[in-house]
Amino acid sequence: MTPLLSVNGVTKRYGAHIGCADVSFELYPGEVMGVVGESGSGKSTLLNCMAGHLTPDAGQVIFDTRTDGPRDTLTMSEPERRMLGRTDWAFVHQHARDGLRMGVSAGGNVGERLMAVGERHYGDIRGKATDWLERVEIASNRVDDRPTTFSGGMQQRLQIARNLVTGPRLVFMDEPTGGLDVSVQARLLDLLRGLVRDMGLSAIIVTHDLAVVRLLADRLMVMKNGHVVEAGLTDQVLDDPQHAYSQLLVSSVLQV
Amino acid sequence: MTDQAYNFAYLDEQTKRMIRRAILKGLAIPGYQVPFASREMPMPYGWGTGGVQVSAAILTPDDTFKVIDQGADDTTNAVSIRSFFERTAGVATTTATSAASVIQTRHRIPEEPLTEDQILVYQVPIPEPLRFLEPRESETRKMHSLEEYGLMHVKLYEDISRHGHIATSYAYPVKVEERYVMDPSPIPKFDNPKLGDMAAIQLFGAGREQRIYALPPYTQVVSLDFEDHPFEATKADQVCGLCGATDSYLDEVIVDDAGGRLFCCSDTDYCTARRAQGHQGPAFLDSEAVA
Repeated sequence: MTPLLSVNGVTKRYGAHIGCADVSFELYPGEVMGVVGESGSGKSTLLNCMAGHLTPDAGQVIFDTRTDGPRDTLTMSEPERRMLGRTDWAFVHQHARDGLRMGVSAGGNVGERLMAVGERHYGDIRGKATDWLERVEIASNRVDDRPTTFSGGMQQRLQIARNLVTGPRLVFMDEPTGGLDVSVQARLLDLLRGLVRDMGLSAIIVTHDLAVVRLLADRLMVMKNGHVVEAGLTDQVLDDPQHAYSQLLVSSVLQV
Repeated sequence: MTDQAYNFAYLDEQTKRMIRRAILKGLAIPGYQVPFASREMPMPYGWGTGGVQVSAAILTPDDTFKVIDQGADDTTNAVSIRSFFERTAGVATTTATSAASVIQTRHRIPEEPLTEDQILVYQVPIPEPLRFLEPRESETRKMHSLEEYGLMHVKLYEDISRHGHIATSYAYPVKVEERYVMDPSPIPKFDNPKLGDMAAIQLFGAGREQRIYALPPYTQVVSLDFEDHPFEATKADQVCGLCGATDSYLDEVIVDDAGGRLFCCSDTDYCTARRAQGHQGPAFLDSEAVA
């Protein structure tokens, strides 16, 4: 089976400071990979390198494209990479405001990706937008409201709808539940788990919240100071952490 | 006395060469916004500094010059630009569309079809059609170069979802030769169909934004729309009160403080010519009835 994404030795330095160093892994179709670690451990740098937002200093990010098979996205031309960015890839930002157009209605936000890939039928676009709003549990009568009138949890769900509407195969998520209160978090996680299973999505989820990866991720990487210190099945890493830092991380979770 | 200190058409020859180079590049790549080193002009930004510089660069002593502002030859902007070139270039001026070889316009295309011997110069306030959707210039340039125009349709989508139809009525975005999306300057969308396949050269100058773009004669220009909400060139559903024209773009003029209104051609030259031919609109018939 061809991996959907294989990352080889990705390294990013900020001057003398290391962002992430020599990260390699493979992600197979339908798999969800979690990346955990403390603030400044290089999780987001790694995610941005993979998603094409940052250019790594070394390494390869090979994506199995629909048309041409596995290709290194870093050596791709920019139009191709941006095309991937709005068709096969999706990026969910931690802050919904970064991923949404706040001056455009919810329907317009969801429809933007459809229009970007060439849909030109208003009725169809609106139909799909309404359908997706319902799938992420936003009432369809809010389709013409701006995201500024939405709560934090709704904005995050809208961002997810906007990203998934073109049926991507790989979703990058940067702290998708950050800044939400626990009950809203639980609902969002439930929704995400359903969507990932229903659509057979592959996803890479960066978070510092171990509960999120426990629920969503099949496999887990633990990062510290830019290096991957431990990787394995989620339950295995969380229940029997080997590396001292992983042990610290697992034991730091507050018990209620 | 100071008049003699000016070069022909105010700008110095080097500046004109620079502007002509930008114009030629714009004509070679229809719809592409060519940056140019816009000069300070003796008028405020927003009064047509871009159009004036383009006109200055293309005028020759043999040209006949016409200026229109919202279709009219006799409004402040038109009068002052016309007298500016009368003074600095000494060219002949006219108000008749067919007699002019260079027409500088603000917000209208003349009703009378233009010919291959004419040049139409537009004054453009904001050349970037994506500006209000994507404020970053670096990003909009990238979108133009990669032909990523989905965002333009988001604007039209928002129009339909809010108003039930595409409510953008001026500066309606167009696609040129299936490549560049272009802002046609704030002309009413009624004029959009005239942009395409026009015999005259069309030049667009934006002074403050320092951009020139152009449409060579007989260029394909398509107004953007949705399959189920096609483009419509709209005008007030009236006839001209002065000349009775049914096919021209109309201004609505308040004539008294009792709600009296008059619809009349915004193209004053077109209206005057029709009246000279003996056409009369309902406004005259009414006033005669009163008298």
